[in-house]
Amino acid sequence: MNAVPVSYYLVLSAILFGLGVVAFVFKRNIITIFMAIELMLNAVNLAFVTFDRMRGGPHDGWVFVFFVIVVAAAEAAVGLAIVITVVHNRQTLNVERMNLLKF
Amino acid sequence: MTLPLLLFFVFGAVAVAAALLMIFVRQPIHSALCLVLVMISLAALYLLQGAEFIAAVQVIVYAGAIMVLFVFVIMLLNAGNEERTNFSKMAKYIGLPLSILMTAGIAIWVARAGSVLASPQHAPDTAEPTRELSQLLFHTYLFPFEATSILVLIAIIGALVLAKRDS
Repeated sequence: MNAVPVSYYLVLSAILFGLGVVAFVFKRNIITIFMAIELMLNAVNLAFVTFDRMRGGPHDGWVFVFFVIVVAAAEAAVGLAIVITVVHNRQTLNVERMNLLKF
Repeated sequence: MTLPLLLFFVFGAVAVAAALLMIFVRQPIHSALCLVLVMISLAALYLLQGAEFIAAVQVIVYAGAIMVLFVFVIMLLNAGNEERTNFSKMAKYIGLPLSILMTAGIAIWVARAGSVLASPQHAPDTAEPTRELSQLLFHTYLFPFEATSILVLIAIIGALVLAKRDS
């Protein structure tokens, strides 16, 4: 049924992860940086599902994907609450202006 | 070209294009919508690999709940165009080459590893993979599953405490 080679999925996952890293480094908006983290988590999930298919046996890989999604949901909720607090205090979304701890 | 391969290329191209678009657009709300597109095409790829339950969870939880949270916060904070500040030179001249180098490194490495391990040990695919997943989740991984519920509870309380305005 599945004619797509495993390595294609893994390369796609690597490309998406790299794009997430580029977005994380380049974007200046704190919310977009959060979205870059979500993109990286998604890329890792794709690799998990692919390795699970490669392994063939019991679907432990899916369980890990499930846990990654739950942790991402928790992280997004807490992270966005922190973003709201920071923006109310600093009046900006630009990460270059959030430099109170910068030496 | 078989149908699964064609579908892989279509959805993979959509995912990569939407991720690139997410980097290049300047409005956070547009970035969020591009990310939704990435997640939906990833859900299609999960479906292509036989992971129906994970595909459904991807659409419902990721594209549904988490991205709605993002869009909600973007609208709450009235996030407009990204400011153009003097872009830190370090990100431009060191970050981009290093990111590309890392992506290429990972891609080459996993492609090679994938071709070495390419033949999946075709264990007999069970007829009901989702039933098997629930067995794993509620028997083998019962303790992590319950720990997850504590984690989510902590996240709810933390989000409430953090986002509450001091009066």
